[in-house]
Parts: sequence; C-alpha cells; structure tokens
Amino acid sequence: MGLWSSYRLRWMRKRWKIRAFLKRRELRAVTDRTASLRPDSLLLFCTLRNERARLPFFLKYYRDLGVEHFLFVENGSDDGSCEYLAAQPDTSVWTTDASYRDARFGMDWVNGLLARHGHGRWALVVDVDEFFIYPYHDTRPLRALTDWLEGLGIRSFGTLLLDMYPKGPVAAHPCIEGQNPLEVAPWFDSANYTMSRNSRLRNLWIQGGARARVFFADRPQDAPALNKIPLVKWHRDYAYVSSTHMLLPRGLNLVYDRVGGEKTSGCLLHAKFLATLDEKAREEVARGEHYGNSREYLAYHAEAEADLWCKWSERFINWRQLEIMGLMSKGNWA
Amino acid sequence: MSARLGCIMLVHSALERAAQVARFWAAAGSPVVIHVDARVPRAGYQHLTDALKDLPQVRFCRRYRCEWGTWSLVAAMQAASTDLLRDFPDVAHIYAASGACLPLRPIAELAQWLGRHPGTDFIESVNVADVNWTKGGLSEERFAFYFPVAFKRHKWLFDRLVDLQRRLGVRRELPEPLEPHIGSQWWCLTRETLSAILDDPSRKTYERYFRSTWIPDESYFQTLARLYAHRIESRSLTLGKFDHQGRPHVFYDDHLQLLRRSNCFVARKIWPGAERLYRHFLAPQEGALSQAEPQPSRIDRHFARATLQRVRGRPGLYMASRFPVKDRENGKTAEPYSVFQGFTEVFEDFEGWLAAVANCRVHGHLFAPHKAEFAGRGKVFAGGLSDNATLRDYNPRAFLTNLLWATRGERQCFQFGPADTTGLRHDLLWFMATDSNAQISVITGAWAVPLSRADGDMGAIRREAARLQRIETEMLEILRSPWVRARVRIWTLAEFLENPGEPLHTLFDEIAPHQQARLIRIPELVDLSDFGGFLQELRNRGMQPVLMGDFPMNPPRPDRIKV
Repeated sequence: MGLWSSYRLRWMRKRWKIRAFLKRRELRAVTDRTASLRPDSLLLFCTLRNERARLPFFLKYYRDLGVEHFLFVENGSDDGSCEYLAAQPDTSVWTTDASYRDARFGMDWVNGLLARHGHGRWALVVDVDEFFIYPYHDTRPLRALTDWLEGLGIRSFGTLLLDMYPKGPVAAHPCIEGQNPLEVAPWFDSANYTMSRNSRLRNLWIQGGARARVFFADRPQDAPALNKIPLVKWHRDYAYVSSTHMLLPRGLNLVYDRVGGEKTSGCLLHAKFLATLDEKAREEVARGEHYGNSREYLAYHAEAEADLWCKWSERFINWRQLEIMGLMSKGNWA
Repeated sequence: MSARLGCIMLVHSALERAAQVARFWAAAGSPVVIHVDARVPRAGYQHLTDALKDLPQVRFCRRYRCEWGTWSLVAAMQAASTDLLRDFPDVAHIYAASGACLPLRPIAELAQWLGRHPGTDFIESVNVADVNWTKGGLSEERFAFYFPVAFKRHKWLFDRLVDLQRRLGVRRELPEPLEPHIGSQWWCLTRETLSAILDDPSRKTYERYFRSTWIPDESYFQTLARLYAHRIESRSLTLGKFDHQGRPHVFYDDHLQLLRRSNCFVARKIWPGAERLYRHFLAPQEGALSQAEPQPSRIDRHFARATLQRVRGRPGLYMASRFPVKDRENGKTAEPYSVFQGFTEVFEDFEGWLAAVANCRVHGHLFAPHKAEFAGRGKVFAGGLSDNATLRDYNPRAFLTNLLWATRGERQCFQFGPADTTGLRHDLLWFMATDSNAQISVITGAWAVPLSRADGDMGAIRREAARLQRIETEMLEILRSPWVRARVRIWTLAEFLENPGEPLHTLFDEIAPHQQARLIRIPELVDLSDFGGFLQELRNRGMQPVLMGDFPMNPPRPDRIKV
C-alpha cells in the first residue's frame, strides 16, 4: 500500500471514467428534463429492463421519500416500461439496446449520467427491486438525512442489502402492479451475515442472508455481495467500481467505523424474490448478461421452487426493528 | 413584573424560518435586531427585510462576513447588541439567538422567569483550566496561540500554524485582568453587564487580543462577563446538545414531545424542514403562563445515548457500519457464553442434564466437522444460521458472534473439542480465549474416551488419538497464553475424575448464579472400566498419551459420586 497503489487506483478510476464517457454514445435520450434540475435536487439513478409491473410502486415509494428527479437507463424493454417512465413528470429516460454486460452491468451508463447530472448533488443509485430505508425515514424526509450528512462533511452513506422473501415457494406469491412488494415478501434473515474488509478498496465485503443460506451453502465464497453504498454526494471525479458495492476514490467506501463505534447506516430492502422471478430468471439465463456468467441467476433458476422461509425468519415491521437487530444503525443521528 | 426582553439574532441560512421566529419574538413585544451574514445574497436579504418590514421593533444591523471560529461572529453580536441597547432603552435582558433557534415556550414566560431572577446573567462560562469538553484538542491553546486563518477554508495551513507555534512554544499574554473562560455563545445578559462589556474603556485592547484567538464567540463575552456581572448563572438557557465532534445535534419533527416536555425556553438547532415543530411552537398560545422550570435532562440523556452508540457501539455487533479492528471491539461478543471441552465425553447425556438444570441454551458441538449441532439439532437456528459446515467454516468467528448476537438475553453453552473446527491457525479459539465473555472449561484427554469404545482398526484409532492429542496440545498452549481474557479452567481427565462434583458445581454457580447448585444431582459418569487398558494399548503401539494425566490402569469404580 502507499503511493504506488494509490497511483494505480487513480488510473483504475480514470479508466472507468473514460469507459463511462465512451459508453454515453450508446444511450439515446427519450425524455431529458434535466435542464429543470436545481443545484440541490435529490436525484435517483436506475437501470432497468422489463420492469413495468414494479414501476408504479417504485416511483411512489421514492417520491414519498423525497426524491425530486429520476434518471433511468432503460435497456431494451419490450413491456412498455420506457413509455410509462417517459410519461412521468419527474423523470428523464435514456434508452439503449447495447449489451448490459459490456457496460459492466449498467454501471458505465450510470457513471456517465452521474458525471453529467450528479455533480454537486446527492444521488441515490438503486435497482427497481431495492427500497432504501434509513433511521427515521418514516418521520424525516431524505433531505433531512442529506442535510445532516452534509453538515458533518460526510460524502457517502452505507447500507446492507437485505434479501426479503415470502413464506412458501417464491412462485406462489404474485405481486400485483402497484402493490407494495414488501407485503408479499416481508421476511428476512436477521443475523447470519459475514464480513471482511477489502484492503485494496477499503470497503467491507458482506455476504450471507437467505441467499447464502439456501442457494450458496456449499460454495459460500460465490454468495453475492450485500454491501452497498447507494447514496453519495456526487462529484464528477467519482466512479462506481462494481455495482454500488464500492466506489473510487476509496475514501468513499469508509462508511463503517473501525474503532468500535457505529456510523449511521441504512438498509436496502431487496424485494427480488417475487413471482416475476421465475420468468425473469429464465430470460436472464438465456441472455447470459449477468454478473459472473449469471451464476447467481442459474442458481435461482435451478431452485425456482425453493422456499426461503424458515422458522427463524423475521417478519419486517419497521426500521426500528432492523436497528435493534443491528442490521442498520442510528449512529449519533438521534 | 417582568422586565422587557430583547433578542439579537444571527442569521445565515434558512431565512424564512428566521423571519418566522423573529415575528414570534416581535409579536410578544420583544424587539429583535437581526444580523444577516454578509455572504447571504442581496436578493435573499431583500426578501427577509421585506417580509419583516411591517414590524417596527425588528431591525437589521450592519452586516459582517461571518466565518466559523473567527472574530466576525463576535463583531456581529457586538453590532446587533449595540443597536438593540441604543434603540430600545427599556430592554432589561438581551437574549442571543441564531436563526436556527426555536422558542419552545411563550416569550412572556421567559420574560417572567427572568423577572424572578433579577440581576442575573445566564451565560455558560467555564474557566479554561477546568474544561474537559472542548473538541479538537485545543483548549488553553485557543488563548495562547495566534489564529490568523479560518479553519474551514484553510485546514492544512491552520494545522501547520498550530504545529509551528507548539514547536516554538508561543505563549501569548492575556491582557490584565482577564481570566480566560469559555462556554456556549447563546447567552442571556442583563443590560448592565452587556453595556459594561461594550463600553469598557479597554475594549480596543481586549478586541485586539481576542481577534486572533480561536473561536472567540465562545470566549469573548464569557470572559468579559466575569468582570462585570453581579451574579452569573453558568448555563445557557438555550437547549443545545453537541456530539462527540462538537457539532450541534439537530431537532426534527419526531422530537416534538421530547422538546415539549423539556420546558426549556429555546432550542437549537432546528432543521429548517421541521414543519411540525415550527407550526406547533410558533402557534399563538392561550391560557395562563406556566411557571415550570426548564428540565433539559431527558433530552441530555437522549443525545448522550446517541453519542455513546456512535463512539462505543453495541458490544458484539459486526455490521455494515461497525467493523472494529482487533482489540477495538469494546466487547468481542454480545454476551457471556460457556464452552465445554471433554464433558459430553465423560458424562452420560451432559447436554440434557445441563439444559434441564440451568436456564440456558445447550448446544452440541457447534463446530463439529460434519455440521453445527444446534440445540434440538435443527437445520437452522436463531438469526437464520445454517447448520451447514461449509457455510459455517467460511467464517467461523462470524458464526459465533452472530449466534451470540441473535440470542441476546439467553445464555449459550456449547461443546468444543480438538476434532472441531478451530479456525485457520486456531483463530476461532484465539478469538474465544481473548474474549472476556467466554467461560472455557477443558477436561484434557477426554476425547480419548469415545475412541476407547470405538470399534474398528486399532491402527486407525491410534492415528486419530495422536492427531487429537497434537491439536489439543496446541489448544492448551493458547488457553495458557498470557493474552487470555476468557475464564479458563483446565483439568486433566484423571484429576477431574477424582472429584467431578466440585468443578461442576463451580461452573454451575457461574452459569446460573441464583440456583442452588449444591442441591443438584450431578449427571452419571460413563463407564470407564476399560479406559486404562485402552491407554495401555496406545502405549503399546508406540504412542504416548499424556493429556489424560496419571490415569490408573484399573481405576477404583465409584459406585456413587460423592456430592
């Protein structure tokens, strides 16, 4: 570690920036309302494909939280997602038919949009099945959180990706359009997460939860990463490295305390395990477009009928419950 | 009769909120002089003055460019105070507030309360020599060094200048007869004291000195008040809590009840978006004036807890925002637990016995090679822990800390042994041995008892015995190392069998201290009549079994264990 490694990371960051710049040409604007953004607008960035049924609730959830503008990259949908989003008053939509995998799972596109529209603003980067919660989200809007972070000079906010699932086979629980997915899939694992520190990028690497327990018990090293940093006061020099798991410059990854204290953190409730999954998994495996040769998706595909519920599963009530369980923390934000 | 109260208000952002609060003061008959930071753009300033121009008792004073930690804030307060004292000769008390302060009680109640404390200055003013709460490491140095640059804009230069002056041993002389005091800048002074400070013949000298101290807004008035006040109550009437880094805690809508019950007069700082707070506390209040005394202690505790969580965290928790390095855990695990090595091997159904007599959860070998033997042998346990050995061994330490975290409030006991996963280079065992929550009890050599009764190739059994003996020897080295913080007890098998009741009772007293250990029957021992022969057989095959102690060839068979 030291100068040499800092220097190499610097070039790594430049590389992602250049890629993002080049990949911009793959995007075609459907509606671009970014001219109306204020210098302090709260933005949400999201890449999606064929998620029409999930969109109404997704938009409502984040509008209620206080997001002021949505920037979507729509990747080859044929279910009307694109038209639906373009018709919303607070969205900007770009579309592309280029390869999701070649764009580093959409991250190049998002990095490009962040550099152009995120600079100097707070940006939330989530997937359509991720619902951001933070301490007091039921009484304090997102702006209260970003104001507080800004006052302390904190640039990034960490979360745990918490896999939510229904009771019984996943396929047996359809979620209808506009319905809160967390009503259908309210269960989660409370204390089976393992973590280690990535000394190069300084982020935590968290694995575990229901996915590791059911799908990856015999090859835990392949279990998906659950550490996410979705909320960042963006600067044009920043870049996401791998999904929203980690960023460069690496100081942004220090969302955890190393001397015993707790920093304030939240959760991303991951409503992935819903009835649409089976069809979705089949489609994704056919495309082979997901991370690690779609090994995650292959695993789900093979066990589409799996029941993730067990008698120790916890049913989601509210953020205070997650806080007591130590899945997120108020830190000193009282 | 309540004296008239005036307010000076420092404003730099959230101008609409400041206007609302100024209107509230004015509506109660209190004059307000507002200082607006010169960095506020002209349009914003214009908007604010327009919004308040219908109120003759609200004035605006000369504007300074305010920068945190510098003299400019004192200059602003001086300017506002001078205007207030000059324009409103009947004002008897002056309250210093910021634009983010919110009155929690009618101004009339505050005025009445002040009337009951005539001639008293409410200003937190602590002698620097006795302060332990300054943040950032500067307390006496605030007064001894020169601080020509603002910290927020020139952090690097600021730090270098401090370093340099430390090295040079710079010590500035305080002008006589001042004694440095510091405290919150949100004070409430009497007209007499404030006028005396502003009209002091040596004001120029003092100013020249304070201009280059650090954070003079927390020391200028606090020091000078000591010269002129008749009676100082060293506390701020403004409720404001600071975190471990000296930043103010912020109040939101969900603090409404907490603030209401505090009976404090003014709170800061309020998040500008806290619509409910502003609506509630600035609503015109009817009814008789309350005489309640301010009670900030509940809020104090609320924020003290939060600071503690930020600084110390919850023991035994490892999560996305808490991942302590080794030895900085403030508690490696959540709660006390017991580890038994060699007990199931010596007693018949030790697990069942322990679970029946002590109020705790008794697991089998949690780290057994084939799977985690949870109590009841379920496939999954608390927190969603799986009994899968691969998953567990991916991070055995996390498995243990997760288990103890998920079962807080219920003591966990489990069996352990040399055949189990002890982690890479025994790191799991090291972790437990250095954890003050662990109670580790070992009967050395007991692993040989099941071997002595196993059928099969004696050569294979001998090899297994040698392997386990080697591992247990390594384990004992760890358990006897000087870094151990666990409660470790070690007996050889022979030693233990001489009087098994005594050690069991000792352990039991620790696990369940309120139960009458002496009255409890101890469990049956397994049949050890052939064990001496088995050990001899191992010796005959060239192995040297040592960990069992001096086990007799033909042990006296205890018909009944004495209790």
